[in-house]
Amino acid sequence: MDEVQRESLLDASGIAKSFGAVKALSDASLHVARGEVVALMGANGAGKSTFVKILTGALRPDSGKVLIRGTEARVGSPAQARRSGLVPVYQEPSLIPDLDVADNLRLGDTPVDPCLNWVNDLGVDGLRLDHMIADLPLATLRILDLARALAAEPDVLLLDEMTAALPTDLVENVLRVVRAQADEGRGVIYISHRFTEISELCDSATVLRDGRSVGDLKIEPGVENRVVEMMLGAKIDLGARETGTARTNEGIPRIRARGLAVAPKVTDVSFDLYPGEVLGVVALEGQGQDEVFDVLAGFRKPTGGAFEVDGAPVSFGHPADAIAAGLTFVPGDRAEALLRERSVHENIALPFSARAGSWGPLKTRHERERVGHAIDKLQIDTRAKGEVQRLSGGNQQKVTIGRWLAHGVETLLLFDPTRGIDVRTKRQIYPLVRELADQGAAVLFYTSELEEVPLACDRAVVIFNGRVVDVIDAAEADEETLMRAAYGLTEDKAAS
Amino acid sequence: MSIHPEQTAASDPRLVRFGRYLADNPVIPLIAFLFFLISLLEVMRPGIVLPFLGGREGIISTFWVGNLIKFAIPLAMIAACQVLTMLTAGIDLSAGIVATCSAFVCATLMPLIGPVPAVLIAMAVGVVVGLVNGFGVGVVRVHPLIMTLGTGLIATGCLQVYQRFVIATGTEIPAFLEWLGTGRTFAMPNGLFLFIPFAIFIIWLMRATGFGRLLFALGSNEHAAKLSGVRSWQVFLALYALSGLIASVAGLLYLGMIRAPSLSLANPLMLPSVAAAVIGGTSIFGGRGSFAGAIVGALILRVIDTMLTLLQMPEGARIALFGLIILLVTALYVRITGTR
Repeated sequence: MDEVQRESLLDASGIAKSFGAVKALSDASLHVARGEVVALMGANGAGKSTFVKILTGALRPDSGKVLIRGTEARVGSPAQARRSGLVPVYQEPSLIPDLDVADNLRLGDTPVDPCLNWVNDLGVDGLRLDHMIADLPLATLRILDLARALAAEPDVLLLDEMTAALPTDLVENVLRVVRAQADEGRGVIYISHRFTEISELCDSATVLRDGRSVGDLKIEPGVENRVVEMMLGAKIDLGARETGTARTNEGIPRIRARGLAVAPKVTDVSFDLYPGEVLGVVALEGQGQDEVFDVLAGFRKPTGGAFEVDGAPVSFGHPADAIAAGLTFVPGDRAEALLRERSVHENIALPFSARAGSWGPLKTRHERERVGHAIDKLQIDTRAKGEVQRLSGGNQQKVTIGRWLAHGVETLLLFDPTRGIDVRTKRQIYPLVRELADQGAAVLFYTSELEEVPLACDRAVVIFNGRVVDVIDAAEADEETLMRAAYGLTEDKAAS
Repeated sequence: MSIHPEQTAASDPRLVRFGRYLADNPVIPLIAFLFFLISLLEVMRPGIVLPFLGGREGIISTFWVGNLIKFAIPLAMIAACQVLTMLTAGIDLSAGIVATCSAFVCATLMPLIGPVPAVLIAMAVGVVVGLVNGFGVGVVRVHPLIMTLGTGLIATGCLQVYQRFVIATGTEIPAFLEWLGTGRTFAMPNGLFLFIPFAIFIIWLMRATGFGRLLFALGSNEHAAKLSGVRSWQVFLALYALSGLIASVAGLLYLGMIRAPSLSLANPLMLPSVAAAVIGGTSIFGGRGSFAGAIVGALILRVIDTMLTLLQMPEGARIALFGLIILLVTALYVRITGTR
């Protein structure tokens, strides 16, 4: 550790950024020294992606400075950030699918030979310059994207979930190469959910929570616990669960999934969901839960495994098939589910007219009754009922749930139903989910906010890296247990 | 199912609120505009609209309002094809050609097989073209613009081949079509006996049936419709078949009106039908539209047409000015209501 090695490459301090009334970052900072690999960590919604966008120049901070090699880099655009020596590699490869490899390299002014050498070094053989990007597998693209960044010989390399969806041998190569880069005197910012990689690769970790940096830690054995503690912090009180009686599941499960796979992200997901139960899904972003919900809702077919509904094997070709089997889906993105310029009534009543047999005259009275019931039940504020887009986010979310309430709920697939909505609405949603289950419905409940799991769920399956790694008794679980599980830190629990 | 939401947010600035009101009730300003144009016409040529005030003799036989309505009817019917398909963010560019084909097939088959079979076959032609459109749009997922343009061209070609086979048979027009197309009852065209039930049916279909709701839903957010269990190809198939049927009925009525079948009879109605729908407040991006608006739109276009004829401009200038006025009216309307 001589003087040269400790020279600071990147100093970002006091970064703040707001989007309208929402403060995404209030006081974020990050320091990368020469020869150092720094992990940037934070739970969902901590402000990580905004911070990355500011570091790479895609967004301008409201206040704060980003210094690269001690001079203030007026990072105004990604191209400027690149020139100043910071090169990012994102989770989604930034290559143009309709061009071949050579054209893509030429667009980025990347020297071709060094880039191909890196591709080989990273363990991908047989890549030719005339291959179309669209024809290449995702893993190859990510390696090519990384190789392109390495060939630019940056001072600081920013890797965002670089190893997600990579096979194990390639992951090892990536870790080796990145470590070697640091040893040559470059700086690396490494964003990952995987503690095993972080403890193998990184020197220190910076933890973000609620838009501020809450600590810098040296990576050493047992550091995971402290990182989890830091990520949790103090949370808003979401209220207590009213009844927490443990239930016993027996009989035929409503959904029985066995070894579900969706290439390339989901490899092995098995679980049982019983009538009367709320089964939580605990997962960090992008662990394959999106694909699992898509399969259950009939939006895509699994590439492996099978699932049964009420004991009978099923295969859905269209969401209509899933609905016919009683599986109704509330997606995470409200915009996907709503007819923005149509009325609340029409949005909720939409499934009534879906089947070709029900294209005739609307059954107005029947509809009004069912829709009115759902609106009352969910306490939807209907002052702006003429167009759903004039409703608040929370009320829009209630409309997407109300649709299935009016239709009748057997099995409800809720994908992050409380994302981006106010605390009051959240507190209305948990008891509602419980009540549906008490009336015999089966609910699969994914939430990105772990503190919700004990409030709403009976049990929770933990999905990590495309597989179910654990099943937890949710009513008992505290947030730390859930957080550790979500990060795949369950080795000590596996025995029990 | 109402497309006229009663509520508007109270906090909006006045102009936005006015625009939103117009967007919610597109028919009101349109009717005002129509009356403005008619007044202008009366100023240009006193007596044309109100013959009694003008004090001219014998003018009642060519009562202008009746004439205006008569020629607006086929245009409004083809505009119905555009309104219905535009609700799903589509369009039916084959409608004009389908109308021509049906009219031609009917007129040429009539001497051979009699009026009723001829009319039925003519309507079947429209349904078949519509089903092909629906299959292309709903199943193969070709863009409606390309799909209907393609089938329109194919139909034109087929019609020319067909003409060679029937060139010797001559043409004849069923008497009831002629009665519908040219007859009058109390100075009003008999076409209204067909058109009023038709308009009520279309408006009922759009507002009070599950099918109508799905048209709005598909244009507003097809993904959301899919999520709710809607198999969109079924809707598209039925929609374009219906559009083809409407186009052929409009063609038959037009045949009775013009009484001279040709290979391009109803084709000139094609682009004005799109304009009538858009002026009537139907969004080409889907999810918003009204047939009542399109009817007023068709009347407006006919009044403008009359005005330009009265100005005795050369044909070329007249057509160019017609296009310009359509663009201006539409642009103004879009600017005010913030819709497209």
